[in-house]
Amino acid sequence: MRKTKLSDPNTNGFIGHDHNNDGIDRRGFLKCMAWAGTGALCVIEGGVLTSRALAFDMGSKTKSHKMGELSFVQISDSHMGFNKPANPDVIATLQAAVDKINALPEQPEFILHTGDISHLSKPSEFDMVDQILKATNKEIFFVPGEHDVLNDDGAMFRERYAKKSRGQGWYSFDKNGAHFIGLVNVMNLKAGGLGTLGSEQLQWMKNDLKHLKHSTPIVVFAHIPLWTVYPQWGWGTDDSAQALSYLKKFGSVTVLNGHIHQTMQKVEGNITFHTAFSTAFPQPAPGRAEGPGPMKVPAEQLRSILGITDVNYVQGRQALAVVDSSLV
Amino acid sequence: MTKKKLLFSGMAVVLPLALAMVLVLHPIRAKSEAAASPMEVRVDNFTFGPDTLTVPVNSTVTWVNKDDVPHTIASSDRVFKSKALDTDDKYSYTFAKVGTYAYYCSIHPKMVGKIVVQ
Repeated sequence: MRKTKLSDPNTNGFIGHDHNNDGIDRRGFLKCMAWAGTGALCVIEGGVLTSRALAFDMGSKTKSHKMGELSFVQISDSHMGFNKPANPDVIATLQAAVDKINALPEQPEFILHTGDISHLSKPSEFDMVDQILKATNKEIFFVPGEHDVLNDDGAMFRERYAKKSRGQGWYSFDKNGAHFIGLVNVMNLKAGGLGTLGSEQLQWMKNDLKHLKHSTPIVVFAHIPLWTVYPQWGWGTDDSAQALSYLKKFGSVTVLNGHIHQTMQKVEGNITFHTAFSTAFPQPAPGRAEGPGPMKVPAEQLRSILGITDVNYVQGRQALAVVDSSLV
Repeated sequence: MTKKKLLFSGMAVVLPLALAMVLVLHPIRAKSEAAASPMEVRVDNFTFGPDTLTVPVNSTVTWVNKDDVPHTIASSDRVFKSKALDTDDKYSYTFAKVGTYAYYCSIHPKMVGKIVVQ
């Protein structure tokens, strides 16, 4: 199902030839991504793309963990509290995601959650997610989705998940030589617009990056895509170009987002963009439905289009491997 | 009594009466219109239906969320703002002043609508 949609040249505006002269053939890239729904590994190294099936990769990961390597998992859009078709049991699917993480042959060092933890910003919903994620026994870094900041401008979110953050909840940290930046683009949204970072956050980001070496791998994570996936459905961020301009000087930049409940990738010069599966419910491919609401699928198909993202970085290389795997 | 005087006295009687009738009848008419016309906006499939609704002054407009995801009703000029509405939740606002009120969903800002109060 995903295969047909992603490989259809009429589906998305971003599918095209190598406009950036970066040597990456978008057709080849999408061929790789067409596997994403069932689990595939994509490695981008020096502009050359290779891909391997997930099963193969799992087998090759038995090597011992070396210093300077980094492995983490991204999960997204848990929507705890959602109880409608196609998923009346988002607790069970989040638990399945946790089982999937705990079964990874190489255990990730930490987890990124790219927002929409809850469906309605209720304390009971946050409590339930916390309780389920506890079973991973891992440090978790969160950024808010619009569903997490519904009625209090994110006060409860920051109190629970981003106590040391700046402004409306943004922050950065370093892990094994890589620099991570968590951004907030779901607040103060303007009528008719897309996601927004705002001038205060942009200024902070510029300063945050100022003293880093250009060889430092950068991982930026935020809820709404920082590239324009489909503006008609609000799938983009109005002032993301400004943020991305600060990242141009770095050799390796990976941008991880959620919000659209499906996997997509795009490469633009030095920047790889990636969106993750939801653990709760799928959404239609851009323009493939009247609106972006939850996509209803047969029960037996549901877990094949929900999932997690496993990210691996090996120091000394420019490679950052992003593996999407579905819950089944 | 001259013809002119007669006309004048006639008008003196009719005019206040007509004025009084307008004053008395107008609110009643407005009220019955408000009850008869559906002052409801359906929030469905990430759109407001109708996206422009014209109502008489002092009308109460009710939004009802028929979507599977929450939405808000937020005036662009911050005149009114609802809490997040879950499926089938409602929000009402009474428009006491004539004007055009643009609003949007503050969660999904691509969703925009307008209430025209006459």
